[in-house]
Amino acid sequence: MMGKGTQMVRTPGVPGLHFPASLGQLSISASYIARPLICCTQLPAQLEEVGRDSRYSSSYGAMDKEYVGFAALPNQLHRKSIKKGFDFTLMVAGESGLGKSTLINSLFLTNLYEDRQLPEASARLTQTLTIERRGVEIEEGGIKVKLTLVDTPGFGDSVDCSDCWLPVVRFIEEQFEQYLRDESGLNRKNIQDSRVHCCLYFISPFGRGLRPLDVAFLRAVHEKVNIIPVIGKADALMPRETQALKQKIRDQLKEEEINIYQFPDCDSDEDEDFKRQDAEMKESIPFAVVGSCEVVRDIDSRPVRGRCYSWGTVEVENPHHCDFLNLRRMLVQTHLQDLKEVTHDLLYEGYRARCLQSLARPGARDRASRSKLSRRSTTEIPLPMLPMLPLAETEKLIREKDEELRRMQEMLEKMQAQVQQSQAPGEQSDAL
Amino acid sequence: MDPPRQCPSPSSSRPISPRTPSCEMLGYVGIEAVLDQMKIKAMKMGFEFNIMVVGQSGLGKSTMVNTLFKSKMWKTTPPGLALGPIPQTLQLHSVTHVIEEKGVKLKLTVTDTPGFGDQINNDKCWDPILGYINGQYEQYLQEEILITRQRHIPDTRVHCCVYFVAPTGHSLRPLDIEFLQRLCRTVNVVPVIARADSLTVEEREDFRRRIQHNLRTHSIDVYPQECFDEDINDKILNCKIRDRIPFAVVGADREHLVNGKYVLGRKTKWGIVEVENMKHCEFPLLRDLLIRSHLQDLKDITHNVHYENYRVCRLNESHMLPRGPGWVNLDPAPANSPANSPANSPAIPGPSKVCRWAQDTPSEEY
Repeated sequence: MMGKGTQMVRTPGVPGLHFPASLGQLSISASYIARPLICCTQLPAQLEEVGRDSRYSSSYGAMDKEYVGFAALPNQLHRKSIKKGFDFTLMVAGESGLGKSTLINSLFLTNLYEDRQLPEASARLTQTLTIERRGVEIEEGGIKVKLTLVDTPGFGDSVDCSDCWLPVVRFIEEQFEQYLRDESGLNRKNIQDSRVHCCLYFISPFGRGLRPLDVAFLRAVHEKVNIIPVIGKADALMPRETQALKQKIRDQLKEEEINIYQFPDCDSDEDEDFKRQDAEMKESIPFAVVGSCEVVRDIDSRPVRGRCYSWGTVEVENPHHCDFLNLRRMLVQTHLQDLKEVTHDLLYEGYRARCLQSLARPGARDRASRSKLSRRSTTEIPLPMLPMLPLAETEKLIREKDEELRRMQEMLEKMQAQVQQSQAPGEQSDAL
Repeated sequence: MDPPRQCPSPSSSRPISPRTPSCEMLGYVGIEAVLDQMKIKAMKMGFEFNIMVVGQSGLGKSTMVNTLFKSKMWKTTPPGLALGPIPQTLQLHSVTHVIEEKGVKLKLTVTDTPGFGDQINNDKCWDPILGYINGQYEQYLQEEILITRQRHIPDTRVHCCVYFVAPTGHSLRPLDIEFLQRLCRTVNVVPVIARADSLTVEEREDFRRRIQHNLRTHSIDVYPQECFDEDINDKILNCKIRDRIPFAVVGADREHLVNGKYVLGRKTKWGIVEVENMKHCEFPLLRDLLIRSHLQDLKDITHNVHYENYRVCRLNESHMLPRGPGWVNLDPAPANSPANSPANSPAIPGPSKVCRWAQDTPSEEY
């Protein structure tokens, strides 16, 4: 996050879209780290170019003579990112009627659900869960974001909702599988990242916390996708009801050991105000949100986005009314990149490790053949035959590593015994 | 002794049935005092009313009952502080209170259904409820066929079932439709839109129209049923009510100061939702329907229609009813009835069937 010492590069016209200037944030993935080291030798020439560029001259003018100049690296990253563009896949899940579509439209200020037809009640009697993808390109301040929205209509609708989350889990794993295949393939220039980066799960404000269906769904997906729980239609609740419900949900999440997305802690050198704000935001998880795309005029006839009732007007962007601003700030303005990183570094790597480990064991043959049948693509590149080390050698490697670990453990134990004996020579030491 | 009254005009005494000729009153008889006698008797005996509330947890059922009868019938649980975990199976429990107003005693029994629609698999979650309702009918029937009957059979039959629909704003959910289809044949059902303070006025109207459309499509006959309108006045009154069903209600059991008066309401950061303000919600309509205007009608329809249907089925099946005039061969399983019937009776015909029977009696073949 931003610190006092780091400089912030801000493109004009983008409210709150920050690019971290501290190099500590740049440990994103292998492809990024390689570049700066290579460019190091060419820096002085580049720096002059940078110095001439009016956008950066004010910040870096003094650096020409005394510094090496790789503080300009973030700008390069920045320019490359703008050129490349961002893509982000967001999944929304939850029962119907909790204000999901309205919230998405409010968050991104676009009408993604224009062509949506709400099914009739009789159609819903036989509806099963479907996965729908909608894409939209949003541009703000010269930055393009390709947003893909994954919707799950039919979730929790039928009388019998057993296993209704399985299609969702399968979908998420399919995206991982696709990426794994692309990453292990020969042509890696244009890998399309269709992995789900974040799942906004909507909880009903009318319930007494998480319901059995919520718990079952979250348990099924929490190791596969970043979950941000959200209380929809929060204008149905009074303030103390909201607090009680949030606390109950937090307790239930802890009890059921569901790992939701943890917003990273701010650096210790942040100022107190910022830390307090950050703590407040974290305290308000799950976010109690209200969505609206209509502009209403309240009593002072100030146009605000909100919902107009006969007893008052709920303002969507008023932090006292709901947590919409917090959600928008944390999801879009500050943690968009972090969500992608966690998806790549933690969740995808976990999936990859599980996948490859299961292949390394002999019983994995059956699993591999089963997974062959469920694949959608017609170009059958079977997963086990990755262009990597052949199976036998991988197994040998694993066994060697196991041996090494065991030997090291034995040495450690011997050393510990020696230390204990030397400390209390006369005493009988406990068994190791 | 009553003071001498004016001779009533002939038009004031209406003939009761079309066959008895109107006769001209030649003096004051005093038959209108029978109304006073009935009133005194009723006040001595008191009234009974049994109401059942059904809906998912958190929709404000207990708060609504408290608000309706302006007394703490139930201890309401604020959200997030549930007294216990959601019950694994549907349980029913009843609470009986005697409340009094201006000398009139009302023995009110409220049956709650915690756990309805809360599980992952809600199939057949309506069976315990149907079983309970039919059980009450059975109890009454057993008392009625005794040789030496009690003077006043205690009436535990459910007179009205208030069904709470979640305010999704879209349409009725499959669970709602399945439940309503089965229950509207057995008991008077009044659907309401619960927690309506999350919907704006336009959203409420849209939702209401869609629900009415759904009810018509699936032939769900909610109270007040059209086939029981007795005369034109009833029809006009009930049509107005039917146009507004389901009512969008909000319940509250706390009072707040609004314009110098204390009113029941919910206080939020953007305003106070007043429960008894018609501009805010339709709670007064529900209260008027259930208590002020149609309470006796609910009881009458339960006794004359639903209970009679149950009785006919039971007696038919146990062959206790002799095959005399008025015997009707009620098909045990009509083509489009749901597979779900309560265990002790094959099929309960809908109210429309009984009406037809009453009209067709003279031409029925024995």
